[in-house]
Amino acid sequence: MPKRLDILVCSGAACISNDSTTIKNKLQAVLKENNLEEEVAIVETGCMGPCELGPVMLVYPDGVFYIRLKEKDIEEIVKEHVIKGRPVKRLQWTTPEARKIVEERKQIPFFEKQMKIVLSNCGKIDPENIEEYIAVGGYEALAKVLTTMTPEQVIEEMINSGLRGRGGAGFPTGLKWKATRDADGDEKYIVCNGDEGDPGAFMDRAILEGDPHTVIEGMAIAAYAVGAKQGYVYVRAEYPLAVKRLDKAIQQARKYGVLGKNIFETGFDFDIDIRIGAGAFVCGEETALIASIEGKRGQPRPKPPFPAQKGLWGKPTVINNVETFANVRHIILNGSKWFASIGTEKSKGTKVFALSGKVENTGLVEVPMGISIKDLVFEIGGGIPGGKEFKAVQVGGPSGGCVPAEYMDTPIDYESLKKLGTIMGSGGVIVLDEDTCMVNLAKFFLDFTQEESCGQCVPCRIGLKHLFDILDRITKGQGRMEDLETLEKLGEEIRRTSLCGLGQSAPNPVLSTLRYFKDEYIEHIKDKKCRAGVCQFETVKEKETIEEKLKGII
Amino acid sequence: MKLHIPVENPQYQMLKRDIARYRRKPGPLIQVLHRAQEIFGYLPPEVQYFVAQELNVPVSQVYGVVTFYNFFRTEPVAKHVINVCMGTACHVKGAEGIVKAISEELGIKVGETTKDKFFTLSTARCFGACGLAPVIMINEDVFGKLTPEKVKDVIREYREEKQREEREGNN
Ligand SMILES: Cc1cc2nc3c(=O)[nH]c(=O)nc-3n(C[C@H](O)[C@H](O)[C@H](O)COP(=O)(O)O)c2cc1C
Ligand code: FES
Repeated sequence: MPKRLDILVCSGAACISNDSTTIKNKLQAVLKENNLEEEVAIVETGCMGPCELGPVMLVYPDGVFYIRLKEKDIEEIVKEHVIKGRPVKRLQWTTPEARKIVEERKQIPFFEKQMKIVLSNCGKIDPENIEEYIAVGGYEALAKVLTTMTPEQVIEEMINSGLRGRGGAGFPTGLKWKATRDADGDEKYIVCNGDEGDPGAFMDRAILEGDPHTVIEGMAIAAYAVGAKQGYVYVRAEYPLAVKRLDKAIQQARKYGVLGKNIFETGFDFDIDIRIGAGAFVCGEETALIASIEGKRGQPRPKPPFPAQKGLWGKPTVINNVETFANVRHIILNGSKWFASIGTEKSKGTKVFALSGKVENTGLVEVPMGISIKDLVFEIGGGIPGGKEFKAVQVGGPSGGCVPAEYMDTPIDYESLKKLGTIMGSGGVIVLDEDTCMVNLAKFFLDFTQEESCGQCVPCRIGLKHLFDILDRITKGQGRMEDLETLEKLGEEIRRTSLCGLGQSAPNPVLSTLRYFKDEYIEHIKDKKCRAGVCQFETVKEKETIEEKLKGII
Repeated sequence: MKLHIPVENPQYQMLKRDIARYRRKPGPLIQVLHRAQEIFGYLPPEVQYFVAQELNVPVSQVYGVVTFYNFFRTEPVAKHVINVCMGTACHVKGAEGIVKAISEELGIKVGETTKDKFFTLSTARCFGACGLAPVIMINEDVFGKLTPEKVKDVIREYREEKQREEREGNN
């Protein structure tokens, strides 16, 4: 029997850290006290997006959104809203600009501009209960491919959809599957990349925690398409909740016969194992990740051969990102035409972004490809807090770059971002305001990449350290004008000659800030000035004599 | 190097049993080390040696893996590990100031442990709670939206808990 009200309590990581569990327990207790258990359902959901307003709670069908809840508010919500039908105004979401109380979910711009495909279940179903997933059409796509489609048809559908990998480079997923299917060998593997190493990104975490079955289903469909029997999900060690929910989901899937032997009585076998990473950024790179699953040091190797030819244990392997797999079932169910109708000419579908930094609404958003940066930051993000000036967005993490405010109207798609010298990356978007120093930011990323370099190749191991040292010097007011040229030349050289994607992309944060914010670099060098007030300049000793230098040594 | 491995010790027995389970799957080394660190808290040479023996791989390989990954520790840590996120979102929201505040409050640098073995201060890259930046984690608990003042309060609360425990212990 459907209940009169469904109350969705967010149990995403951010809300849990804001004590949403207490809220849920209290709600349960108060409903019980008032004998309302039969009428009202409590649903624990994955991340709903606006993390900084947590703990949050949604009441359906009224569409009332409660934020920043405290335990003591629950009593009032039950008495007023649940019993008397009068939503508690003071706890409802107010738009940051107008501070106007909005009563319906669809009127909130944070949601209005979004389009939820990948995240359609996140925040709506209980991720620990497979039946809720099945109730919203879960595993129908798998049933459809197993019973009505040949593997070739599945691959064709994927190619036609235009889906491109969401983990970084944007390689067409269908072609990757085809290459793996066509590769020699009867043993093949499916690997899901859940390493999410880009600091400032948490989309994959939200998907794994909020809707783990979508990923399992996507992997199973891929397995059927390429002829694999075993899959691995590689999750980073920093995400224990994701591991727990995924593990539970896999066990339930086995129990319900959608993983394991003879799935849907079609003779198709497929199973999944979880592998937990151990904290190394380079392990997000596909060949390093494969080495890590094999239990080795996560060192990348040159490509080709690509994993599609020689992957896990030397066998043909499909490796895709979490979000990529999460798109698969929607394409199968709604058709490639539908999917290809969303987005831009070359970038189809939606993209999930993790919005954070100097912006009012931080959290997860899913938007059609091609939306402008302006819409993302101002419409959905609610603009910059404290009346500060918008300076740039950083997209693509340590492999990406900055897009300055002048280019605010740029549509977000793979090609446009590339033209501006950055990459789509995995989807971390960090908003920067006038208080962010661009030189310091470049230094921050270089500090990260030089530390995370696996050390196999010289340009990356030594070159990045040099880039870092130069930036460090500039932020301390000891830079020289020649440094700028060295940064550019060395950066290009590292990009060209490094062994793997880490080194090939690590100079991007420097090159892109140099491209758009050279005047800030020059100010640091010539005027010893940091307009954001971040860098502390040490008084420079003009010339150290040889004697002084040797003092500490002899 | 000759190491004494107290294999009769229940921790080693537990690890041995678990290794037997992991061994059935391909490429078990990293998962075994995770388990070993859970049991021992860190991975001293004896444990690495033991793992190598049980999995029948060279110790050098175990050591190579242990030192490659940031997650594995070769030194013991305090009761409470404070991890300050140094990810991008936290960086632009002032993570540096948070580290400085904790350092001042505890009188230790990043990577160090307080004399009373109560706190270890370390840094990490992004917990995926960027919406709450700047963020720290103390053991498994996340604290977000911090300021240098707030973080000092958080630490003081842990301290008070310790004093309470000690007082109760004395009674
Ligand atoms: C240094 C480096 C780090 C990477 N980190 C990730 C990551 O954290 N998650 C991810 O999905 N892909 C990451 N990638 C991209 C993967 O190598 C690979 O292209 C991707 O998993 C393929 O999946 P997709 O086609 O679905 O995007 C990284 C690449 C490099 C070079
Ligand atoms: S950057 Fe700190 S939690 Fe993500």
